[in-house]
Amino acid sequence: MPKDSATGTGIGASTKRREDVRFLTGNGNYTDDINVHGQAYVHFLRSDVAHGRINGIDTSAAEGMPGVVRIFTGKDFEGIGGLPCGWQVTDKHGEVMKEPGHPVLAQGKVRHVGDPVAAVVADSLAEARDAAEAIILDIEELPAAVNMKAALEPDAPKVHDDLSDNLCYDWGFVEENKGAVDEAIKNAAHVTTLELINNRLVANPMEPRVAVADWNRSNDEYTLYTTSQNPHVIRLLMGAFVLGIPEHKLRVVAPDVGGGFGTKIFHYAEEAFCTFAAKACKRPVKWTSTRSEAFMSDAHGRDHVTKIELALDKDNNFTAIRTETLANMGAYLSTFAPSVPTWLHGTLMAGNYKTPNIYVNVKAVFTNTVPVDAYRGAGRPEATYQLERVIDMAARELGVDPIALRRQNFITEFPYATPVAVEYDTGNYPATMDKLEEIADLAGFDARRKESEAKGKLRGLGVNCYIEACGIAPSNLVGQLGARAGLYESATVRVNATGSISVMTGSHSHGQGHETAFPQVVAEMLGIDASMIDIVHGDTARGPMGMGTYGSRSLAVGGSAMVRATEKIINKAKKIAAHLMEASEGDIELKNGQFTVAGTDKSVAWGDVTLAAYVPHNYPLDDIEPGLEETAFYDPSNFTYPSGAYACEVELDPETGKVTVERFSAADDFGNIINPMIVSGQVHGGIAQGIGQALLENCIYDENGQLLSASYMDYAMPRADDVPFYAVDHSCQTPCTHNPLGVKGCGEAGAIGSPPSVINAVIDALQSGGHKVAHLDMPASPSRVWAAMQG
Amino acid sequence: MAKVAMTVNGKSVSREVEGRTLLVQFLRDDLRLTGTHVGCDTSQCGACVVHVNGEAVKACTMFALEAEGAEVTTIEAMANEDGSLNVVQQAFQDYHGLQCGFCTPGMVMSATSLLKDNPKPTEQEIRDYLEGNICRCTGYHNIIKAIMAASGQDMPSMAAE
Amino acid sequence: MYAFDIERPTSIADAVAALAKEDAQALAGGQTLIPTLKQRLAMPSVLVSLSGIAEIRGVCKDDAGLLCIGGGTTHGTVAKEAVAHYPGLAELAAHIGDPAVRNRGTIGGSLANNDPSACYPAAALASGATILTNTREIAADDYFQGMFTTALEEGEIVTEVKFPIPQSSCYMKFEQPASRFALVGVFVAKFADGVKVAVTGASNNGVFRWSEAEAALSSDFSASALEGMSLSADDMIADMHGTAAYRAHLVAVMTRRAVSAAK
Repeated sequence: MPKDSATGTGIGASTKRREDVRFLTGNGNYTDDINVHGQAYVHFLRSDVAHGRINGIDTSAAEGMPGVVRIFTGKDFEGIGGLPCGWQVTDKHGEVMKEPGHPVLAQGKVRHVGDPVAAVVADSLAEARDAAEAIILDIEELPAAVNMKAALEPDAPKVHDDLSDNLCYDWGFVEENKGAVDEAIKNAAHVTTLELINNRLVANPMEPRVAVADWNRSNDEYTLYTTSQNPHVIRLLMGAFVLGIPEHKLRVVAPDVGGGFGTKIFHYAEEAFCTFAAKACKRPVKWTSTRSEAFMSDAHGRDHVTKIELALDKDNNFTAIRTETLANMGAYLSTFAPSVPTWLHGTLMAGNYKTPNIYVNVKAVFTNTVPVDAYRGAGRPEATYQLERVIDMAARELGVDPIALRRQNFITEFPYATPVAVEYDTGNYPATMDKLEEIADLAGFDARRKESEAKGKLRGLGVNCYIEACGIAPSNLVGQLGARAGLYESATVRVNATGSISVMTGSHSHGQGHETAFPQVVAEMLGIDASMIDIVHGDTARGPMGMGTYGSRSLAVGGSAMVRATEKIINKAKKIAAHLMEASEGDIELKNGQFTVAGTDKSVAWGDVTLAAYVPHNYPLDDIEPGLEETAFYDPSNFTYPSGAYACEVELDPETGKVTVERFSAADDFGNIINPMIVSGQVHGGIAQGIGQALLENCIYDENGQLLSASYMDYAMPRADDVPFYAVDHSCQTPCTHNPLGVKGCGEAGAIGSPPSVINAVIDALQSGGHKVAHLDMPASPSRVWAAMQG
Repeated sequence: MAKVAMTVNGKSVSREVEGRTLLVQFLRDDLRLTGTHVGCDTSQCGACVVHVNGEAVKACTMFALEAEGAEVTTIEAMANEDGSLNVVQQAFQDYHGLQCGFCTPGMVMSATSLLKDNPKPTEQEIRDYLEGNICRCTGYHNIIKAIMAASGQDMPSMAAE
Repeated sequence: MYAFDIERPTSIADAVAALAKEDAQALAGGQTLIPTLKQRLAMPSVLVSLSGIAEIRGVCKDDAGLLCIGGGTTHGTVAKEAVAHYPGLAELAAHIGDPAVRNRGTIGGSLANNDPSACYPAAALASGATILTNTREIAADDYFQGMFTTALEEGEIVTEVKFPIPQSSCYMKFEQPASRFALVGVFVAKFADGVKVAVTGASNNGVFRWSEAEAALSSDFSASALEGMSLSADDMIADMHGTAAYRAHLVAVMTRRAVSAAK
């Protein structure tokens, strides 16, 4: 693929986003903007205790309240499937994980604050809420399992009575490595040990979740409008496993979606409820989450407690890494929760370094908290954070330069098979580090530190590298690893008679700009203007089965499917062109939207061929069918491995403990790039979320399982004055070797690569001020930093 | 129920509303002006910012009845008369100042208010002014650039990329 | 929200009459009350909106040299119109909430609510302001009576606040990272006859005056006069954003900074 676009709208062009026009004029179509005639509204009555036995639910008074259509409780869902888990992890003893039921509405017990106990459907939302207040709940509060370590104690309260304990699984990876790792650590010249917490986060896309469901009594078809990153997956999970609705009777639409960041991947109770209730009530049913509800019902992210040991030989070469992690699952297994601390985390523990021996142990724990699942990066930020923190700590302990220590241990030969079961295809880690040193002006740091010190501030510099694995695949491999889904992607390229094109993709855009970037690829391949191409997504009725958008997979997997389908289009179009020009198919060339016969001046235009496909009067009907529409399903042969090097400079106010990010620089290798403007935007957003995790955001429960950070009053979202301008570069490009576009994925990199450099910078600042602080858990809030300085 | 009358985007409108009807509900549900969004319930995210009598207001934190007689402007009325994007909107597109688009209407309304009060704001003034507008997608970088560009200013060198 | 009616009187007298109804409640800018109503934490039958009463809006200086601010004046208006008279107060108003909040929230609403993290109570207390209501005048020292508690009677409306204007003043706020309310806010006001220091955000008892600092600053108005001075952490708020000891520490830091920056 050429890097520069021939047409100005093709690959490599920073084409402005076409979707912006509707968003900027108030013409977006988000799920809450959709109203179905005659709709009723549902309000969920949610548990206000973390753990309790439901002794009774008296709805009699509420039933007679004005506007009430029907009140549902867990009893209405007996015999109906619970919310399924899409990944089954097998533990280090060969046992499958514990997999408790997850009812749509609580049955028998409530297991976290926010667990839905009853649902009131009424003519208006206010009436639903009024009636919900009249429901008399008899819930016997039980001691809650909140802290993970305590939850694993033998006498801990059990989240699920039918399980032997709160341990979901005890995973070892790679189990065969363990002996060698233990031996290497025993024989090491130096071992750095770090215990840390990867703080629980709430994804907080700005659009809260919404579901609107309708049931058509004439043909028994359901339509669910929902805020989803993957409507086909919701159709499969909800249809097949929860409600027993066959796919051909269920349409799931995810229109404009206001951000996802992982938390809109999962199938949620509210979607299933609205769909179920629409038929039960014979009325469309709508639910719009408030932000307060979102905090206690959207799946949370991260929440790991980890001990990591890094062993080095006398020359400071890494010889072994051993980790032990407790990973919070929350009260139920969310859709992909078990995969996050295992396959998305353990496989990344080699990072950018040639460490020969690695062993990862993860114990997943049930607690009386909101379920935890993938949030931007999902497992990979957790791996990167612990690795890049322990390397920094080792450099300090050994008195060596942290960048030099990293460079010394970089993987430099590709492909590279790690000790944690993955094979990196390409990368150039010294090059991204070189680029980082340049764009971050690391040479100028000492002078900037002096300026800060003159103002009474401490200044710190933190650096880290990261590696990501995107586009998880191939399906047959992930099936062996426990995935209950395929991880291919689909595309249908529908060329219309006049030459315009609709591309139906299984990927979903909720901010990523697919509607702009995807046509750039097809335009480049066909040599036509991108404005002739529209992307269709987010509707199971309009495209083939697709797996959706998460894990930075859309371009690497979905884009590849689009390339394959477009190649089929080109092949067929050449046959038609050959017929029209009475030439041999092998001599046909397609360039700038014109089909030519090599070595002649014969040509037919794109539109002539497309018209012939649908008006096949002069057409090779004996050889090929009319029409010009092709579908491809692409199943990658490997993950892609974006990588990069990040640097953060902070100023720290020693009187208040407040840390401000003064400079942030990111040098990434994403392979080939379709739209550099969009790629930079993705990195910016990821960095802000990483800075948020490192300095601001913290989801906290008290010992009784009450959520303390339950709104923006207490959960600190990064705001415009919390972050600086970022210096972002993606000129280091080692194209992926196994997908047709050579692309790697960029969506999560910023969130993966930034937290360690922020904390490394905070530690550097503290130590520069003479404070002997070796580690500080995120978020490095003013109060925590100040407390650390007090010793 | 009580009657409320106001001018919204230049048109006189009048409806019967409950006392508890928020201005944002009135705009979204009664007038079907769904460009104004609701992203929180604690008056912090700013997705609902509209102009009331020329001033930025959080439409989720004002009752419809309190807008009696007021001139209300929403994102739907911000484009030029020919339908093309206005200077602020165009800058947001040019500088990729939006991704999912959900916070965008509030951002545009706030940015417009800022530039009315302060036609050449500094980077820090823009960041401070946007304290009440949360964006989860962009990391604010391109929003700040867009607003500086809309005010006719050059970007600082750090923002070159 | 529960159902309620809204009344929009245009005079103080009509507002007082409306507030006499059972379960009536005053609605000022609503920037705190409306989120509270959304959580169904209040159940008024009638909300009496004060935003239509022109006579309680505006900023002016009276013959006695006091800065008079109508109770219904928004923070945004104070930020603009008080700057020439009382820059420390204008600066405080300019940093309450965010611009859209400042266009609705009012000084009367803030003082009537007396949120322990609100900014205005610190200014009123440190300035020795007088709070005027529809029935009486209340000195700031008598007005604030602990978190969310004031001397206001049921149905009483803050119509005006009169601020003596100090020779120099400054408000220093250390923001709680999430809400951006004051984790600790200190207002220092230097008058010819002495210095007043009022602290918000920090104490379980709401806004308070730090008398020890006042005494020291009254004899020597400099940050160095506060060297080594600290507050007891005993009555300080402790929450996920800071311990009592941290808040006590921040009070001293913010006071020093306010003194240094006072103008």
